[in-house]
Amino acid sequence: MIPGVSMTHILILSGVLFTLGALGVLIRRNSIVMFMAIELMLNAANLAFVGFARSMEALSGQVFVFFVIAVAAAEVAVGLALIVSVYRSRSSIDIDKVSDLRG
Amino acid sequence: MTVEFAIFLGLSLVAVGAAIGMLVSRNAVYSVLFLVIVFLAIAVLFLLLSAAFIAMVQVAVYAGAIMILFLFVIMLLGPEYVESEPSHPWQFATALVLSFALIIQFLIVAIVLPGESGGDIGEVAQGFGSPASIGTLLFKEYLIPFEVASLLLLAAMVGAIVLTRGEHPR
Repeated sequence: MIPGVSMTHILILSGVLFTLGALGVLIRRNSIVMFMAIELMLNAANLAFVGFARSMEALSGQVFVFFVIAVAAAEVAVGLALIVSVYRSRSSIDIDKVSDLRG
Repeated sequence: MTVEFAIFLGLSLVAVGAAIGMLVSRNAVYSVLFLVIVFLAIAVLFLLLSAAFIAMVQVAVYAGAIMILFLFVIMLLGPEYVESEPSHPWQFATALVLSFALIIQFLIVAIVLPGESGGDIGEVAQGFGSPASIGTLLFKEYLIPFEVASLLLLAAMVGAIVLTRGEHPR
């Protein structure tokens, strides 16, 4: 029993963290920091998952968090490799400088 | 105010403050360190929500391995990098307005979704979220997704090596 902490509190914290992550993706132009903001959004979703797993007494929610973490690890490995590869060809990781496909 | 709520409130403030610090710091290394603080705070929240195994995975994989990878790449590319000016002057204001709309939506969902009970969190069985219970579920009900995840990690490993090995002599 967690006296005083309800699902509403956990969902509010999760929403605030997710919004900060989304804001980070929108306002920063350093691609590494944008990538970190995406990780923050994933973690906010994980928090909601664990909160629901606890309040509904369903362990599957925690197993899903485990899978989300595994997918995030794979995503970080490939994403950072892409950033390194972009840096090699542009000497910059600024997202505004990688706009060749713009119409 | 109960002890648990005080802990929750303190961790929330730490997590939100560190997340804001991550967004505003100009040096990418500071951003990584702020993000590690966010991840550690969330790991303690997982402990509070009786998810002991997930909390340990969070510390080891997220705060440990993934952030070291970020630091490594930042060291490789140089942290003292100045961002360009925004190409659209209205970008910052638009982002703020959109985020505000998003947070309003989240607040509505957070208040409506748990229903009349207020979403109070009750008692759970002993051993809920322990490594043994997670492992049993993982290898019985979720065996196929587990194997697919291992395949995905293998593919990501090969992909990262292929993308970063650079010019190879022919």
